[in-house]
Amino acid sequence: MSNQPVVLEVKNLKKHFPIKGGVFKTTQGYVKAVDGISFSIKENETFSIVGESGCGKSTAGRTILRLLEPTEGEVWFNGENLYDIKKRAFRKKRKDFQLIFQDPYSSLNPRMTVQELLVEPLLTHDLCSKKEAIEKAKEMVDRVGLSEKHLSRFPHEFSGGQRQRISIARALIVHPKLVILDEAVSALDVSVQSQILNLLIDLQEEFELTYIFISHDLNVVKHLSDRVGVMYLGQMMELAKTDDLYKEPLHPYTKALLSAIPNLSTTEKKERIILQGDVPDPSNPPSGCPFRLRCPAAHDRCVTENPVFQEVKNDHWVACHLYDEK
Amino acid sequence: MRDFTRKIIEDKVGLVGLIGVLLVVLLAIFAPIIAPYAPDKMHTLHTMEGPSSQFLFGTDEFGRDIFSRVVYGAQVSLQVGLIAVGIGAFFGLLFGLLAGFFQGKIDQFIMRIMDIFFAFPDILLALTIVAVLGPSLTNTMIAIGIVFTPVFTRLIRSAVLTVKENEYITNAEAVGVSNTKIIVKHIAPNVMAPFIVQITLALSGAILTEAGLSFLGLGVQPPDPSWGVMLNESRSYMEIAPWMMAFPVTAIIITIFCFNLLGDSLRDLLDPKLKQ
Repeated sequence: MSNQPVVLEVKNLKKHFPIKGGVFKTTQGYVKAVDGISFSIKENETFSIVGESGCGKSTAGRTILRLLEPTEGEVWFNGENLYDIKKRAFRKKRKDFQLIFQDPYSSLNPRMTVQELLVEPLLTHDLCSKKEAIEKAKEMVDRVGLSEKHLSRFPHEFSGGQRQRISIARALIVHPKLVILDEAVSALDVSVQSQILNLLIDLQEEFELTYIFISHDLNVVKHLSDRVGVMYLGQMMELAKTDDLYKEPLHPYTKALLSAIPNLSTTEKKERIILQGDVPDPSNPPSGCPFRLRCPAAHDRCVTENPVFQEVKNDHWVACHLYDEK
Repeated sequence: MRDFTRKIIEDKVGLVGLIGVLLVVLLAIFAPIIAPYAPDKMHTLHTMEGPSSQFLFGTDEFGRDIFSRVVYGAQVSLQVGLIAVGIGAFFGLLFGLLAGFFQGKIDQFIMRIMDIFFAFPDILLALTIVAVLGPSLTNTMIAIGIVFTPVFTRLIRSAVLTVKENEYITNAEAVGVSNTKIIVKHIAPNVMAPFIVQITLALSGAILTEAGLSFLGLGVQPPDPSWGVMLNESRSYMEIAPWMMAFPVTAIIITIFCFNLLGDSLRDLLDPKLKQ
């Protein structure tokens, strides 16, 4: 996996939402939802972004796809900076990037049949005639585990898991290169979750896909991903290969997160690190390190200086003053 | 659709409204067959006669049969209602979709203009427009259409804002669907429920406004048979020939009542919150 070429490179991505207020609707501050994250993704890799709710992981996914315009930063794909492309021209590029949503109940238009939902992406990008599109839709429903007779039905006639299969079919029918899965299985029952995850893994192999998997479920992430990035308050705290990260987390935040995974084993007893307090308000983040208010290892330097995101081991990046070279 | 028909039949009030509306429509379509005389035929020997077997609703001061005029009046009312509401609904849908979808400056521009229209009472605004355009049937329809545009615009805009919150809109955007197609295929079909309800309710409003304008002499011009015109003509003879006023008024009341009943019932049926 490590020899694969890089397909997507995100450099210093920032997305700040202005807070408007007062009589004249002036900008009174910014919510720094994503505040300077960088990572690169290799071909056919599954890269996961984990973090608590509100840490900016979904915003990051949407900003990469330009569903939200970035405040700053670059996203390089196939030697092109996606943010340099004009909006209208970028619409044609969307064929290569697809997004699968968390809530299968609101992500499918209730007035369109499954066939209309599947044919639309093909016709939007002029990939084939309508007749061929219908044929492809038939193949695709079959591939995701539904049948042809489902094509004429409306989304409300399906269960959550089936709807997510339809979403997957709709996203993959145009053969994208990169798929962002935004909490794609979080809304599903555990039994259905594993079916959908297995389907995603199979399809990744078959369609040679690269996944960005956005989730808060650490067990699912461990099962699925090659590398994991941990986000906190809009910043990347730690990034490493899945095995390295789960075996040997470096950042205090990652350690706390991992220790919170429920464990049924009676032989190995883990010590739980319980984080105090809530995630700080992203419009008014603490000075220095964003995690310092809840960090058990915070010291003077954390108050004044935001730690640099640096590679401390082979392919293991962390933003913490504990690992600064002294 | 079958489900829908069943529901409206179960809803007794809605059924009464639906039957009433259908009767008015039939009355208008088959007016030449139902009406015993032409609406402007003058029976000079029978002026201002009360209801009788020959003249069911009596005659007016020129000896015209009031029953025939009420029947033909349904044509005018429905025509004005449908076309005026059509104009208002079309532009309201267009402006509402644009304002709601693009928001920002386009939204500000459209909604501030609509606010100006909202500042005037309906009938006063219609009167002003007719006064500028000149009184005629066509101009009455245009005026009422303009009066109704802001109502539809505001309704559609707020419905679009709600629909836009759904992830399937972002989904369509992520797939690469163009803005025009998102509006036409993803947003418009999902704002149809409130739109249809508003059309039924606006129909009764339009019929009433037409009657009002015609009564004031700025709508349909005599000798065309409009319920409002008939009311205007009956004014001077109210004490000696009350039937001249009573029948057109009854026609207006029943029609408005039935349209409102149907509208209320549709609103309940199409409300997504009440589904299931």
